[in-house]
Amino acid sequence: MLEALYRILALTRKELLAILKDPRSRYSLLIPPVLQCLIYGYVATYDLNDIPYAVLDQDRSAASQQLLARFDGSAVFRRIANLNRAADVKSVINEQRVLLVIQIDQDFERRLLSGRQADVQVIADGRNSNTAGTAIGYIGGIVDSFNTTWRREHGQRSMPVRLTSRAWYNPNLETRWHMIPALIGTLTFIQTLMLTGLSVAREREQGTFDQLLVTPFRPVEIMAGKAIPAMLVGIVQATLVLLVAQLWFQIPFAGSFITLYAGLTVFLLAAVGMGLLLSSVATTMQQAMLYSFLLIMPFALLSGLTTPVSSMPMLLQYVTLINPLRYAIDIAHRVYLEGVGLALLIPELWPLAVIAAITLSAASWMFRHRLA
Amino acid sequence: MTEHSAFSARMHRALSLIRKEARQIIRDPSSIAIGIVLPVVLILLFGYGLSLDVTDVPVAVVLEDTSPAATDLAASFQLSHYFDVQPMTSMPQAEALMLSRKVDGIVRIRPDFGRRINLGDAEVQVLVHGVDANHARIIQAYAQGAVGQWVARRAAQGYAMPTGPIVVQSRMWFNEANESRYFLVPGLIVLIMTLIGALLTALVMAREWERGTLEALFVTPVRTNEILLGKTIPYFALGVIGFVLCLVAAKFLFHVPFRGSVAVLTAASVVYLLVALGIGLLISSAFRSQFVASQITVLVTFLPAVMLSGFLFDLRSMPAMVRLMTYVFPARYYVALLQTIFLAGDIWAVILPNIAVLSGMAALLWTFTYRAARKSLA
Repeated sequence: MLEALYRILALTRKELLAILKDPRSRYSLLIPPVLQCLIYGYVATYDLNDIPYAVLDQDRSAASQQLLARFDGSAVFRRIANLNRAADVKSVINEQRVLLVIQIDQDFERRLLSGRQADVQVIADGRNSNTAGTAIGYIGGIVDSFNTTWRREHGQRSMPVRLTSRAWYNPNLETRWHMIPALIGTLTFIQTLMLTGLSVAREREQGTFDQLLVTPFRPVEIMAGKAIPAMLVGIVQATLVLLVAQLWFQIPFAGSFITLYAGLTVFLLAAVGMGLLLSSVATTMQQAMLYSFLLIMPFALLSGLTTPVSSMPMLLQYVTLINPLRYAIDIAHRVYLEGVGLALLIPELWPLAVIAAITLSAASWMFRHRLA
Repeated sequence: MTEHSAFSARMHRALSLIRKEARQIIRDPSSIAIGIVLPVVLILLFGYGLSLDVTDVPVAVVLEDTSPAATDLAASFQLSHYFDVQPMTSMPQAEALMLSRKVDGIVRIRPDFGRRINLGDAEVQVLVHGVDANHARIIQAYAQGAVGQWVARRAAQGYAMPTGPIVVQSRMWFNEANESRYFLVPGLIVLIMTLIGALLTALVMAREWERGTLEALFVTPVRTNEILLGKTIPYFALGVIGFVLCLVAAKFLFHVPFRGSVAVLTAASVVYLLVALGIGLLISSAFRSQFVASQITVLVTFLPAVMLSGFLFDLRSMPAMVRLMTYVFPARYYVALLQTIFLAGDIWAVILPNIAVLSGMAALLWTFTYRAARKSLA
């Protein structure tokens, strides 16, 4: 038993040397996670902070000026052009010079003063309908606050119902708080999967795998020797992401680190199991690399990272049940933002444990029967 | 005569290299998996599965008031197809549901709602689960919309309820129905072309380096440009297949509007494919190791195509520094082209500058690749 442990340790040491000795490969494991985390933290948001727009003001009244001043006074809206003719709307939008055009009709002020409803037309570039929808939402907010002021100043009754809103776990609703903890799972998943896949494939491609097989190592020990280094690299990368999240982006950590690392370990077992299974199918590094991509892409898309699982059709929601990344992201969010303890994570942990058990035993069967 | 035979010999060499590479692709299931299977899987996922549009959000509506106005408001939430409502009467019950993530939000109608609405000062509380910030914001907006509609309906029924004074009438050009699929599916073409163009080629040159088969090629009369041609054409063909698959699926399976012309789209795609192939070959000639080449390729082609292209996250959302970075990566130009050609039409003011930049990049990359390959050969 102790012998086996020593052998696994020796293999782990050899494997870590193989990964970390070459400075290029060392840097390619450590720098990309930090870089990606920084870029994603800034990029991955559906909020807009610059909305170029044009105005077609056919009223040119004090009221229309007052309304437009509110847009110009906001930090996000940037007026690019004042249009004179309705025909100009088409070209500024088509050529993407503006995201939207605000059109105010001739009788705008007259209607307002006579207490009738006045319309503001918004024409948005729907090439990215998500962005356009967000921008229209911003306009609604500005118009609402204009309405409130107008009613007060003109002695009209205010809206009878107010909506007050509060958000749990992420009071300012920053997309970054959602994205970066999710990266703890995503980046380590990509890396451990590729690392295990590639390291076995490299030995097979270079013929050293056969040499390993004639040594006293048992197949299971060889497998452990491949799995442990990849998990170690995964843990280090997760720690890097965690450091960026806390030191750079200063996202408050609500839970306990022990819980997070415990969850992460179960997840990494599942990821390594998939990587090993994949490596037993791949005979060359190219195959290992491409197959891991074939797994990573759908898993990343079906994880809730970019679009919520609850918006997917039922059939795909069932598919996400076998996706380890989905659980990892849930665990990262729940521990990081919600601060839950291990007991509450059981619904996420047991499927991961099942996936790990299935993939690892399948991989060890493959190692014994197909490779050895 | 001699010139002619030299040319035909060159053609012959290039052709046999192409044939060899094509055989390798066909015999290696992993190339086919990336070239054909992955595009199909992604098309189906993006077309059917992934959506940024949210409907049937599970929310708990806590009705603490029994007045007719409060009951009416709660009913209007239940009628909205944006919400999947769980009616309840106590807050702790609803909070327990949200803690276990059975609902994503709580709408609370307070006990004094009926009395205060007559005073013109009622309050509706909305609590959202903020972990998915984007989702939470959408829920807030929907709740706002539902309350606004209710107020308007009450006003129409003759209750004293002021609406307006200004009402925003919005229209979304190019995508009136507000379907996120309409921009996700064209954007997907970028991902697929990048994967096929850069990822597959990044490995092929590096593989020949690692195995020493490139040295074996040097002692033959084959020239650098013939080797490059042999490496390019089969993957180019694979890329074209992926492109056609996407185009057919977008048009016939998902009915994404196509307002531009196929010729312009094809031209833009060919140029982008050349850029992607150039990057892949350059990386693999420069790094000579499959492991490092694969890591670099993912970092400089694939991730920018997802994150820095405007495909998912709008470039206008990014801080100025990051937005400047996006100009370096070819994907942003191709995304602009795809979205415009698909949804808006052949708008030359958008198409020409973007194609020009991509062509410049292609020329530059191929010059570098040629140099890098030749230097390493000598």
